[in-house]
Amino acid sequence: MGKFWFAVVVGAALGVLDGLTSWFTPAVRAQLAGIVVGSTFKGAIAGAIAGWFAKKVNSVPLGILVGLVAGLLLAYGVAAMQHGYYFEIMLPGSLVGAIAGYAGQKRQEAKASS
Amino acid sequence: MISDKVLARLKTAAELPDLRGTRYSVIEQIGRGGMGVVYLGEDAELGRRVAIKVLDDAREARVLAGLEHPGIVPVHDAGVLPDGRCYYAMKLVRGARLDAFLEKTAHLQDRLRIFQRICEPVAFAHARGVVHRDLKPSNIMVGEFGEVLVMDWGAPGVGTPDFMAPEQAAGEVDGRADVFALGKILEIAAGESIPKPLRSICRRATETDPAQRYQSPVELSADVAAYLDHMPVSAHRESVGERLVRFGSRNRTLLALVAAYLIMRLIVILWLGR
Repeated sequence: MGKFWFAVVVGAALGVLDGLTSWFTPAVRAQLAGIVVGSTFKGAIAGAIAGWFAKKVNSVPLGILVGLVAGLLLAYGVAAMQHGYYFEIMLPGSLVGAIAGYAGQKRQEAKASS
Repeated sequence: MISDKVLARLKTAAELPDLRGTRYSVIEQIGRGGMGVVYLGEDAELGRRVAIKVLDDAREARVLAGLEHPGIVPVHDAGVLPDGRCYYAMKLVRGARLDAFLEKTAHLQDRLRIFQRICEPVAFAHARGVVHRDLKPSNIMVGEFGEVLVMDWGAPGVGTPDFMAPEQAAGEVDGRADVFALGKILEIAAGESIPKPLRSICRRATETDPAQRYQSPVELSADVAAYLDHMPVSAHRESVGERLVRFGSRNRTLLALVAAYLIMRLIVILWLGR
């Protein structure tokens, strides 16, 4: 698995876990399934951006930054659609992006077969 | 009456080799090895300082001339003195002997990187069928820019007791005798509070039975590289705790990000649960 798909998978997996944490908040527990789907999608897109960047630029700090910004902007979009929960959605979302960015940078690119 | 000081100077001058008829002149003695004496000299033709080694036979010069490597002192010229002894001129290495260098180098990682550079020329020589036989800190120079130069090649087989492999006393010498000496040098480079994996590397390198040692300086250096990269070391069976510590050392950024996420998530959960 190359950098791009690895970051997508890590972003999506973290998105699932991030979405599942909403179970701890009784006010939104009823919408758990929707939150998990949305969070997974958001994580996968952040991972795709971070993975694409990792293929172009080899820098862990920049990769983390790009993932963080991508996660932050995507989470802002989700929060804006909710008309609230900006702090609660954007902060963890940005960190999910940052971790996906780190994963993309650390992943060794698969060697082209001859 | 001639004073003791004058007498000593006369004695020193008399001991200097007669280099008339060569392009070199001797300035002073700068070292003495098991095989010969090293002098600081001047190359009149090129106007540069050189090191001139005077010894009984030309074997060492021939060995050195066949080993062209950045970590092995290059031979410029060789010849025979009027008294029948041989000499060869080589690059004058400016820097510190390994033991002096290690004394003023505090960081273990820096010491280990220098050690890896010592392994390179030794492995190169082994690939060409040359065994050093007398590796020790005083035979290794560290230059002004961190370059490592291994000297005193061509020793006849008797090493220095503290660095000599057990089988060397019986005259059975192959590259693994150098691995033993490198293990002893690694012990010195690692210092007193030596970490467990590094201690295991030293132990394997200095095994009494050559078959139990690393079989080459390349293998030894690879294990040191693994230690430096927080990777598993082949000489050391690590506990679960050690493995976790090593994982933490390798993945500090990831752990920091995950910790930041968890703390953030906890704060959010507590914030919403108010």
